[in-house]
Amino acid sequence: MVPMGRLARAGPALGGAALAGAARLLRVPHRGGRPGPDGDVAAPARWEVVTVDRPPEQVLPDGRWPEPLRRLDGAVEVRVRPAPGDRGTELAARPLAGVAPPTGLAAHLVGDDPGLLVRRTLRQIKQRVEAGEVLRADRSPLDRPEGPG
Amino acid sequence: MRALCWVAAGELGVREVPDPELRNERDVIVRVRRSSTCGGDLPLLAGRHPLLRAGDVLGAEFLGEVVEVGPGVRRHRAGDRVVVGASMACGGCWYCRQGLHSCCDNAHADSASVDPDWARPDAGCFGRPRAAGGFAGGHAEYVRVPYADVSAFRVPDAVDDDRAVFAADVAPTGWLAAELGAVRPGDVVAIWGAGAVGQLTAWAAVLRGAARVLIVDRHEERLRMAERHSDAEPLDYRRTDIAAELRDRSGGRGPDMCVVAVGTPLTRSVADRFGGQHADRPDALREAVHACRKSGVVVVLGGTGGFVDAFPLGALTERRLTLRGASRPDLRDVPMLLDRMARDELRTEHLATHRLPLARGPEGYALFRDRADGCVRAVFTP
Repeated sequence: MVPMGRLARAGPALGGAALAGAARLLRVPHRGGRPGPDGDVAAPARWEVVTVDRPPEQVLPDGRWPEPLRRLDGAVEVRVRPAPGDRGTELAARPLAGVAPPTGLAAHLVGDDPGLLVRRTLRQIKQRVEAGEVLRADRSPLDRPEGPG
Repeated sequence: MRALCWVAAGELGVREVPDPELRNERDVIVRVRRSSTCGGDLPLLAGRHPLLRAGDVLGAEFLGEVVEVGPGVRRHRAGDRVVVGASMACGGCWYCRQGLHSCCDNAHADSASVDPDWARPDAGCFGRPRAAGGFAGGHAEYVRVPYADVSAFRVPDAVDDDRAVFAADVAPTGWLAAELGAVRPGDVVAIWGAGAVGQLTAWAAVLRGAARVLIVDRHEERLRMAERHSDAEPLDYRRTDIAAELRDRSGGRGPDMCVVAVGTPLTRSVADRFGGQHADRPDALREAVHACRKSGVVVVLGGTGGFVDAFPLGALTERRLTLRGASRPDLRDVPMLLDRMARDELRTEHLATHRLPLARGPEGYALFRDRADGCVRAVFTP
């Protein structure tokens, strides 16, 4: 993502003024590097980004990070900017360097791709804003006692 | 409930599976009354999709009655007879708001797990592997329909089930092909493939004013059907020099629009594999690109789901052709097509050459796959 406008500091709660200036880029402080795709330790993690077909005020109501992004507070940095061509809002996030990897169930779900949790979170926000709900798959026959006969 | 499931490559079976349930507020549950075989299922049946699992329920085209309604559904209630569009779509994303429902951003249950370097997932579809959307198909007694206000359409009383089931996919796909090709009055249109989609593409092209519609196939009964029901001129490629015939019948210009509706290209033979032929060969597509007039449009329908080789790129660029594609239709045309069905302008029931109980689903797919016994579509009743 090519930065645009001036940078502003932003945590889970973004001021109304921050959103009112929709053309600016918002990000939380960057805490250093982490291994990039080429193994370069100094390279930052790659941004994951979705375009949400709604204005920034609807994507981050009251200037707050929406759920489930709020659960990642302290683990990711976030950028928000209007999408060109009146296509809504570009919402980007990436894991912060130096943050301990997830444990337990979260680790099981994320596997060795920390970007997956970020991507999944962004996609859920996009679905909530655009479709009103996060779409769930059909329950698999393997999820229940009765398997296919 | 009973459902037609993929078991292994080349093998289907009717199995007992759990009933579907409402999983989201915008869902309905439909009791299926009719479901149709579909060309997009054939690569699955052949085991060419690595993510398919034994027990996955097939079926992308179906019609039924709403029996359960989620609290977020506004347009439907229990008892409604509905046809369900083959593209599942949210109605609220940028693509849906442009009418491009088959590109919906939000109709995949876990698109985040799709490697972003590989491809953006398209809209969800019924009866595809869980990793390709996550929704069971309609060859079953019951099926869950997400985003029901967008994806399901009430069927007019004047349209019976055997006609209306084809408003799910075949009819809107044919309409979309004519639209993608921007068929205008006086155009010459050539269509490769006289199956259900090819025939309804011919119908749509005639309705848009095409002067001639030529349809290419090798199955005599399909060609006759296309001639009788869609006013298309049949060309049997076993007996005809197709390129010469198309030139002759278009005043030497070539067709204004060429539609490839032959489904998945032939699989590589063992000899091809050992000979270094690493991808499927799109023979019909190649012929269409070479036949099309300068600055014409070539439309490719159906999901090939992979790579093809020996594509005549030079012909495309030197002759300024436009290449367009679609694997599933949008939903916006379904109400219009149902209205045309109600007015008898669009008749589709002849496409259901074989009507079978769901219990004979494996047999119906074998007939459909092999084009045996004149099969165009097998339609099942649970």
